[in-house]
Amino acid sequence: MRHIISVLLENESGALSRVSGLFSARGYNIESLTVAPTNDPTLSRMTIVTTGDDRKIDQIEKQLNKLVDVAALQDITVAGHLEREVVLVKLKVSEDQIDKLKQIAKGFNASLSDVSTNQFIVEMSGSCEKVDELLNSLSNSEIIEVARSGAIGLAFGEDALVVPQP
Amino acid sequence: MFEILLFSPSSVYSKKQDGDTVQLTGADIVVKSLKEEGVEYVFGYPGGAALHIYDAFHRQDDVEHILVRHEQGATHAADGYARSTGKSGVVLVTSGPGITNAITGIATAYMDSIPMVVLSGQVMKPLIGYDAFQEIDAVGISRPCVKHNFLIQDVKDIASTIKKAFHIATTGRPGPVLVDIPKDITAEVAEFLYPETCELRSYQPLIKEPLPNEIFTAVEAMLNAKQPIVYSGGGIVAANAQESLREMTNKLGFPCTNTLMGLGANAHSDPNFLGMLGMHGTYEANMAMHDADLIIALGARFDDRITGTLHNFAPDAKVLHVDIDPSVIDKNIKADIPIVADLKEVLVAFNRELDRREKDINPELIKDWWETINKWRSLDSLWYNYDEEVIKPQFVVQKLHEITGGQAYVTSDVGQHQMYAAQFYGFSDTHRWINSGGLGTMGFGLPAAMGVKFAHRDADVACITGEGSIQMCIQELATCKQYDLPVKVINLNNRYLGMVRQWQEFSYEKRYSNSYMDSLPDFIALAEAYGHVGMQIDKPADVEGALKEAFAMKDRLVFMDFITDQQENVYPMIESGKGHHEMRMRPGSKNLS
Ligand SMILES: Cc1cc2nc3c(=O)[nH]c(=O)nc-3n(C[C@H](O)[C@H](O)[C@H](O)COP(=O)(O)OP(=O)(O)OC[C@H]3O[C@@H](n4cnc5c(N)ncnc54)[C@H](O)[C@@H]3O)c2cc1C
Ligand SMILES: Cc1ncc(C[n+]2csc(CCOP(=O)(O)OP(=O)(O)O)c2C)c(N)n1
Ligand SMILES: [Mg+2]
Repeated sequence: MRHIISVLLENESGALSRVSGLFSARGYNIESLTVAPTNDPTLSRMTIVTTGDDRKIDQIEKQLNKLVDVAALQDITVAGHLEREVVLVKLKVSEDQIDKLKQIAKGFNASLSDVSTNQFIVEMSGSCEKVDELLNSLSNSEIIEVARSGAIGLAFGEDALVVPQP
Repeated sequence: MFEILLFSPSSVYSKKQDGDTVQLTGADIVVKSLKEEGVEYVFGYPGGAALHIYDAFHRQDDVEHILVRHEQGATHAADGYARSTGKSGVVLVTSGPGITNAITGIATAYMDSIPMVVLSGQVMKPLIGYDAFQEIDAVGISRPCVKHNFLIQDVKDIASTIKKAFHIATTGRPGPVLVDIPKDITAEVAEFLYPETCELRSYQPLIKEPLPNEIFTAVEAMLNAKQPIVYSGGGIVAANAQESLREMTNKLGFPCTNTLMGLGANAHSDPNFLGMLGMHGTYEANMAMHDADLIIALGARFDDRITGTLHNFAPDAKVLHVDIDPSVIDKNIKADIPIVADLKEVLVAFNRELDRREKDINPELIKDWWETINKWRSLDSLWYNYDEEVIKPQFVVQKLHEITGGQAYVTSDVGQHQMYAAQFYGFSDTHRWINSGGLGTMGFGLPAAMGVKFAHRDADVACITGEGSIQMCIQELATCKQYDLPVKVINLNNRYLGMVRQWQEFSYEKRYSNSYMDSLPDFIALAEAYGHVGMQIDKPADVEGALKEAFAMKDRLVFMDFITDQQENVYPMIESGKGHHEMRMRPGSKNLS
C-alpha cells in the first residue's frame, strides 16, 4: 500500500540525512521525499511517499519517531487528505502539434510557457496520479526533460500535524 | 583577538569574573560540563583537534582522564564502566583517525543500548568541508550507530549541547551520543553556565506510566496461563529491575529464562531459572519458549539469535511484550499484549496487582507444565565430560565461579569462550556480566574490564577471552599497567577461532578455512613484557590451583593462558534455519523416552 507520511522536523543541519539514512539503512522504499521550511522557521515539513504492508509502515513510523529531530509525524493517507505534486515538462513540438498540446494542457488545467522555438514547458499541479496521466498523454511528444516535486499533502478535517505539547 | 585565541589558548586562561558570570574557554567549558554531570573518568586519546581540551584537562583534577592505547579501547572501557554502573561512559578522541578508530566501540554500545557520550575534536570551523588535515565527517560516519549526534557551531552552545547529550544517552532506551567540537571554538571564550534542565521538544522519551487496564489485562493473562514463560533481557539491567522481576516470578512460580544480555536477572541458583535461551541456550529454556502458551517478554527484543526461524517460533504462544522503545514491539514478533513503558514501573504495577489478586494465583494450573519442563531439564543439555588430559574450557569457567564465589565482574570477548562464560559462570546479579551481544565485537573484553575495574576497585574482575579476540585490543595491557588495574585475564586458548571452526565443522564439512591461529605469541612473555604476571596452565589438575594463586595476587594483573581442548564445541546449538525444538545436542546426549 502507498502511504504519504508527513513529518515535522527540527530545522537542524543533518536532520534530512538522518531520515534518508534511516530509509536506506533499513531498506524502506522511498517513492518521493520533499522537504522545505514551514511558517515556523525552526521546523521543516517533510513529506515521504513510501510503500509497504501494515507491519512495514508501522515500523517506518516508529523508527522515524525515534529520531531525535522528528517532532511529529502523521500518515495522511489513513483518512481524507489533499495531495499535490507539481510537475514541469519541457518538450519540443512541431508546428502542427501545437494545437494538440494546447488542448491537452487545457484538459489537465496545466499552463504552457513558450521557452524557445517550438519548445514549451508544461506546468501542472495535481495528485501524483494526475501527474502520471499528464505524462502519459504527453508521451507522443518529444519530451526533453521532466521535473517532479514529489508529493506534499494535508489531511482533511480537524487533524493537523503540530508539535505535541509536553 | 580571534587569532591570538586560536594559537595560544593558554594565554586566555584567565578566569574573568564579573558579577556572577564566569568567562571560560570552550575547552574549559567542556571539562567543567563533564564535572557538572558528575563524570569521574574520561577514556581517551589526544590529537591535534582535541589539544585545547587536553590542555583544559591538565589544569584541573576534578575529572580524571584515562589514557588508553587505542581509541577502540577507550570506547570499550567507557562501555564497561557504563554496563557495570548504569551511568554513562565518557570518551574523548581527536578528529579523523581518532573518531574512526572509535566507531567500532560506539557501534558496540549502540547495539546493546548502552549509555555513552563521545566527545570528538573536529578541525576548525573555517576548514570544515575543505578536506583539511584529519578532517572526517564525524557526524555522518557515526550517524547509523548513535542514538543522536551533534556538531557544535558556537562556543556558547557547548554546555547546553553536552547537557543534551547526557540527557539523550541516559533516558528512554539508552545509547551512545556523539558531540563533535571544532577546535577553534574550544579556544574561544564564553560565559559558563551549566543548564539544570534541557528542553528538547522533539525528544520525549516515554514518561507515560503503564495504564491500569494494560496491567489488568497482562496480569489476567498470567493468572490464566497454563504454560507460561518469563523471557527477560537487557532491559531488566537497564531499568535496574532485578528485584521487582524476582518478586514477580517468585509470586507466580513461573519458569524464567534470560537472554545473553539479561543474565543475572534471575539468580542462576533460582529453581525457576531455566538458564539462557537462544542459539546456545539450554534445551529446557528453548523448548519452554517453543511450547509456551504465554511468553512474558520483559526488556528483550526477540533477536534472531533467540527466535531462530520466525515461522517455527512459539506457534501457540500469546505474547505479552513490555519495552520502553515502541519500535521493538511488533518488529519481529507480533505482541498480543503490548506495554510501552519503563520496566521498573511496569513490574512494580504487576506486583501490586498480583498482591491484590493473590488468591487467584493457582500453582495447580502450571503443575503439568513444570513436569514437562523438568523432563527436559533432566537431559542436562550443558553436560560435558571432565577430561584428565586436556583442559575443558567449561571446567575453567566453573572453577572461576567457585574461586570468585560467583561474585566477580566477568567481561568477555566474542566466540566460544563467551558462550562457555554465559553458560557456566552462574551469575547472581545483573551488571556483573559484561559482553558484546548485538554487535559481537572481538576485542571488547580487556578494555571493558578496565572500565569495570575503575568503577569497582575492590571487586574481582575477570576477562574471559580467546587467543583470537585478546589480540584485537592486547595493547590495553599497557593501560592496565599505567593505572594499576589488576584484572585477571582468562585466556581460553584453543589455537582456533573456535566459533568459526565450529561453524565450519557443522556447516562446511570441516573445511577449516582460515580459522586456525598459527604463530601465537608466547603469552607469558607478552604479559611480562607489559609488566604483568603471565601463567600457562595445560593440565586440568592445575586449573584450580592456578586460579587461586592468580586471584590471591590482589594487586597484579595476571594473564592466565589456559591451553584448552582444540576440538571442543558449544552445545546445545540451534543451527540456522532451525526452530527452538530442533536443537543440536552434544553427541552422546541422553534421549527423552
Ligand atoms: C557469538 C554470539 C552468540 C550469541 N548467542 C546468543 C544466545 O544463544 N542467546 C541469546 O540470548 N543471545 C545470544 N547472543 C546475543 C544476541 O545477538 C543479542 O544481543 C541478544 O539476544 C539481545 O538481548 P536482548 O533481547 O535482551 O536485548 P538487548 O539488546 O539487551 O535490548 C534490551 C531491550 O530492553 C529495552 N529496554 C531498555 N531499557 C528499558 C527500560 N527501562 N524499560 C523497558 N525496556 C527497556 C530496550 O528497548 C531493548 O529492546 C549471541 C551473541 C553472540 C555474539
Ligand atoms: C571484530 C570481529 N571480527 C570477526 C568476528 C567473527 N568471529 C566471531 S567469533 C570468532 C572467533 C573468535 O576466536 P577466539 O577469540 O579465539 O575465541 P574462541 O571462539 O576460540 O573461543 C570470530 C572470528 C567478530 N565477532 N568480531
Ligand atoms: Mg580461540
